[in-house]
Amino acid sequence: MTIGLGHYLAVGAILFTLGILGIFLNRKNIIVILMSVELILLAVNINLVSFSAFLNDIVGQVFALLVLTVAAAEAAIGLAILVVYFRNRGSIAVQDINMMKG
Amino acid sequence: MNFTPAGYSLLPVLPEIVLAVGAMVLLMVGAFRGQRSTPLVVTLAIALLILTGVLQCHYLPAGKLTTFGGSFVVDGYARFLKILVLLGSAATLLISYGFLSERPRRIFEYAILILVSTVGMMLLVSAGDLIMLYLGLELMSLSLYVVAASNRDDVKSTEAGLKYFVLGALASGMMLYGMSLIYGFTGTVNFTGIAAAAKSGSIGVAFGLVFLLAGLCFKVSAVPFHMWTPDVYEGAPTPITAFFSSAPKVAAFAIFVRVVLTAFPNVTHEWQQIVVFVSIASMALGSFGAIGQRNIKRMMAYSSIGHMGFALVGLAAGTPEGVQGVILYLVIYTVMTFGVFTLILAMKRNGHAMEEISDFAGLSRTNPVLAFLCAMLLFSLAGIPPLAGFFAKFYVFTAAIKAGMITLSVIGVLSSVVGAFYYLNVIKVMYFDEQAGATDAVRIELGTVVVVSALFNMLFFVYPGPLVGAATAAAKSLF
Repeated sequence: MTIGLGHYLAVGAILFTLGILGIFLNRKNIIVILMSVELILLAVNINLVSFSAFLNDIVGQVFALLVLTVAAAEAAIGLAILVVYFRNRGSIAVQDINMMKG
Repeated sequence: MNFTPAGYSLLPVLPEIVLAVGAMVLLMVGAFRGQRSTPLVVTLAIALLILTGVLQCHYLPAGKLTTFGGSFVVDGYARFLKILVLLGSAATLLISYGFLSERPRRIFEYAILILVSTVGMMLLVSAGDLIMLYLGLELMSLSLYVVAASNRDDVKSTEAGLKYFVLGALASGMMLYGMSLIYGFTGTVNFTGIAAAAKSGSIGVAFGLVFLLAGLCFKVSAVPFHMWTPDVYEGAPTPITAFFSSAPKVAAFAIFVRVVLTAFPNVTHEWQQIVVFVSIASMALGSFGAIGQRNIKRMMAYSSIGHMGFALVGLAAGTPEGVQGVILYLVIYTVMTFGVFTLILAMKRNGHAMEEISDFAGLSRTNPVLAFLCAMLLFSLAGIPPLAGFFAKFYVFTAAIKAGMITLSVIGVLSSVVGAFYYLNVIKVMYFDEQAGATDAVRIELGTVVVVSALFNMLFFVYPGPLVGAATAAAKSLF
């Protein structure tokens, strides 16, 4: 069996779904949400790189590199906000983020 | 001057480069001179925004400019909305002096973050491909997450920042997934290339389009993705809430319009369905959700969701008149909402912010001028003629009716009637309820902003020509 574009896209779709489920089903803490966000971006990168390889077009790989750098910045900012929140609230459990009902 | 290193003309991005470099210089000023330099940094930041605006208006050659292989486009549309974004950011810094003068909050980084997010918004407005769209959006959002949490010792502000970050990261992840699908099924990231390659009926493109629109709906806080808005508006410091409801919304809406009209003109049917649904849902939720609110910032958050629904009516039409309506709506809405938030910021009793609607009771007797300006802004938000808010709605609904979307317009007008209830409720509290006590004196710069925005709303109908003409020209450049 040869591995084609469809297989890569399936892996991407599975990782993406896991990431989304990780955000919505998670009842524990916010670090898990940050990990799920990273998983989503990883799924996107797999998509971009496999499309890029199968289309013989370099733009997708350039896009993937840019996504990687932005993901790093995003994780840094997320953790920074999380630390500030923890100092005020003393907890990072998802059910404790309820000062304002939303 | 020759601005072509590496084979690309840098002239079209000159205002953005000046703003970005200027922001870094100001960061150095702040880092070396410490927190006492905050007022200086804020003043210089306002000057820098004005300089960028002047460069944008007077230094760039006229006509449509593109660079970086088509990923950066400066057309009439981008020029108009960039000026609006710059004005919103400058006004935000202007109303932040008071907020930043209290001791624990003398954070000069605040001004730098606003400048950096403005660079992101300008890139976003000019984006000509998906990569520039993503980078602009992230540059804008990452700075916004931090400023939402800028009241570091306040649990509400940090919670607002955290919620905004988590939901924002999820939205940009979904949008990015959509972009990867669009790239894969059309073979290009360029908007014009996508327009040429995207055919109606392609499952991959339709799938990507849905994810892309989901991300954009989040940024403009349209309904299925509006959950963050009330919490973030309530928790964030008031000047930041004013900022959230003005410049970033304008930029996100601008790219929303540009993407669907320049990249997907051949799949109109697909995106039109989504936009109509989102628009109806936002108008309805904005109108009904605001009714039970007691916190005025929370009420204004629902009002903002509703107004984004009205603006989407113009986009759903998909015609040059519709886009003209959207642009006018954004201008007028920005001025109205900025005025209201500045007023909320200005209202203090014994040094404490007044954020409950009941705090406004009897304002017409303690501070009649402020109460009158507030009433005018709220009437305008409700869309009562001859105030500017009426004309904003008039233009989008006319465009929708011309495009044959009668049902959408009727639902829009009905929800605007429902929406008038909660604005009128605030006016009733101000004019007819028992007095709740005297208010503190209003800071001069806040008073000026409120007066300017109220006058704009009251006098728009006297001479709307220049603004309408500019909006028409801006809308035409997109087609």
